Amino acid sequence: MTLTMTREAATEGGGSPRSHRPRLITKRNIPYLLILPALLGFVSFKAYPILAALYISLTTGAGAARTFVGLDNYVRLVNDPLFWTSLWNTALILVVQVPIMLLLALVLALGLNSPLLRLRGLWRLGVFMPSLTGLVAYGVMFSVILSKDSGLLNWLLGIFGIDAIDWLGSPFWARIAVVIALTWHYTGYNAVIYLAGLQSIPKELYEAAMVDGAGAARRFWSITVPQLRPILLLTVVLSTIGTLQLFDEPFVLTGGGPDNSTLTISLYLYENGFRYFDFGYAAAIAYALTLIVAGFGLLQLKLTGGKK
Amino acid sequence: MKGWALTFVLAAVFALCVGPFYWLAMAATHANSEIFAETPKFYPGDQLGANTAKLEESISLVHVLGNTLFVAIVQTSIAIVVALLAGYAFAKFEFRGRNAFFVLLLSTLVIPGGVTIIPIFEMMNDLDLIDSLPALILPNLTVPFGIFLMRQSLLAIPDELLDAARVDGAGELRVLWRVVVPVMRPVLAALGVFLFLGAWNDFLWPLIALRTPEMFTLPVALATLQAQARTDFGQVMVGTAISSLPMMVLFLVLQKQFISGLLAGATKG
Repeated sequence: MTLTMTREAATEGGGSPRSHRPRLITKRNIPYLLILPALLGFVSFKAYPILAALYISLTTGAGAARTFVGLDNYVRLVNDPLFWTSLWNTALILVVQVPIMLLLALVLALGLNSPLLRLRGLWRLGVFMPSLTGLVAYGVMFSVILSKDSGLLNWLLGIFGIDAIDWLGSPFWARIAVVIALTWHYTGYNAVIYLAGLQSIPKELYEAAMVDGAGAARRFWSITVPQLRPILLLTVVLSTIGTLQLFDEPFVLTGGGPDNSTLTISLYLYENGFRYFDFGYAAAIAYALTLIVAGFGLLQLKLTGGKK
Repeated sequence: MKGWALTFVLAAVFALCVGPFYWLAMAATHANSEIFAETPKFYPGDQLGANTAKLEESISLVHVLGNTLFVAIVQTSIAIVVALLAGYAFAKFEFRGRNAFFVLLLSTLVIPGGVTIIPIFEMMNDLDLIDSLPALILPNLTVPFGIFLMRQSLLAIPDELLDAARVDGAGELRVLWRVVVPVMRPVLAALGVFLFLGAWNDFLWPLIALRTPEMFTLPVALATLQAQARTDFGQVMVGTAISSLPMMVLFLVLQKQFISGLLAGATKG
């Protein structure tokens, strides 16, 4: 019955020239009207800029002085030692930081999920807070926290008898500082994602395993890890893509220094575009970054079996 | 006993996460020299008023806060409506080009923000919108991730529910407003919180698009202030507290929406 009525309703609202009261919004044109605002925004601020950036990457100069130079910017990129430095720094931070953070997040989530834990809501609230901080607030806070002579971190280390570290002044420690800042910023966020995953694992699985006499370690490897696999993979992909585009932390903490030790691809892009106003070169860096991100994305999709 | 040990460890992690915010709030009440004293200050001082007055003098705080709120509210409201309408079309209607547009929309998720920023800057320059608030708002009204989120949630609404309303003679807009919106309220709230937080904290694009201090948003004003040599950090700390602590309070009030909004953000790619 619903079906026939629906069809009637559809014909009635169909806005055919014969209907006595033509409506502005009909069942036939409504999807186009609904999609129109999004389409306008998409074309103007996504599709057009993405294509324009590709063209800009093949040019030099700006405005009336813009000239087509073919692949010159890309040739320059391949021969630019600073670009390779930024690529190396990004890869280094990626390889060190992502595994540490995700492992910490998993341990934290397991702790948060334990039935033995008291005041769970409070702790969960606290670990989530860092991910709400904006770039600038975070940068200001950490630049003071990491300061050599009067920073909170060195004071804390001092309690344990560790000498003050020049966090932002040496190439080695500056990288560590970026890793620490990143880890502080995003571990709780990932832990809350894992926690949601852990809570969706059916309790019956654990109960059955316990009946079968499986110990805690066995239950973890045979139930928790496989059940959590899709979420683990998701966070690996997201963190990898996010770190490949790393900009915030080096921008506010180190400015890419000292000695370019924390210069990342995105930071190098920004410097070329908006410090030297070399738009053509910056656009070429942006496209190189896109290729790298897309390459990683495809690789990881492939490894995860092509699931969305 | 084991429960207490675990609780203690989590309390320590909690302190590491929340400690910097507490320290920030305390630092905002101390003078510059005390902030950089050898021992951190974990108790409130008496300089909050003086620091705030200095901040107001340096960055015209009221103006800057007004700009930030205006951009965040307008941008979030419009972006939610755009996402809801588009998500509704994708989930509940057949139309030509639907799948192609959807795939295109999603594929832009993997394109780094750095790609579009230069052409958008030139576009805004040509439109003479640089150094205006619309320059911040316009590029952020179509949010592919938001549309995706809306579509996924709307797919879960049974068609019968919509058809029943149509049978009762409701027009399409009425169906949307009376049937879809009430069901979608939690998802809309989550997306709203997510977008508002993003707009409130947004830095890079406002930094590029704004020129005069009266047009600045809070993050741009703060960064500029911090970069000035011999800056008095008491005022910077007050500004930082103003920019981050309201979000913490909002988070405490809207915990559920925040977490589901940010977790949904995990699909952002």
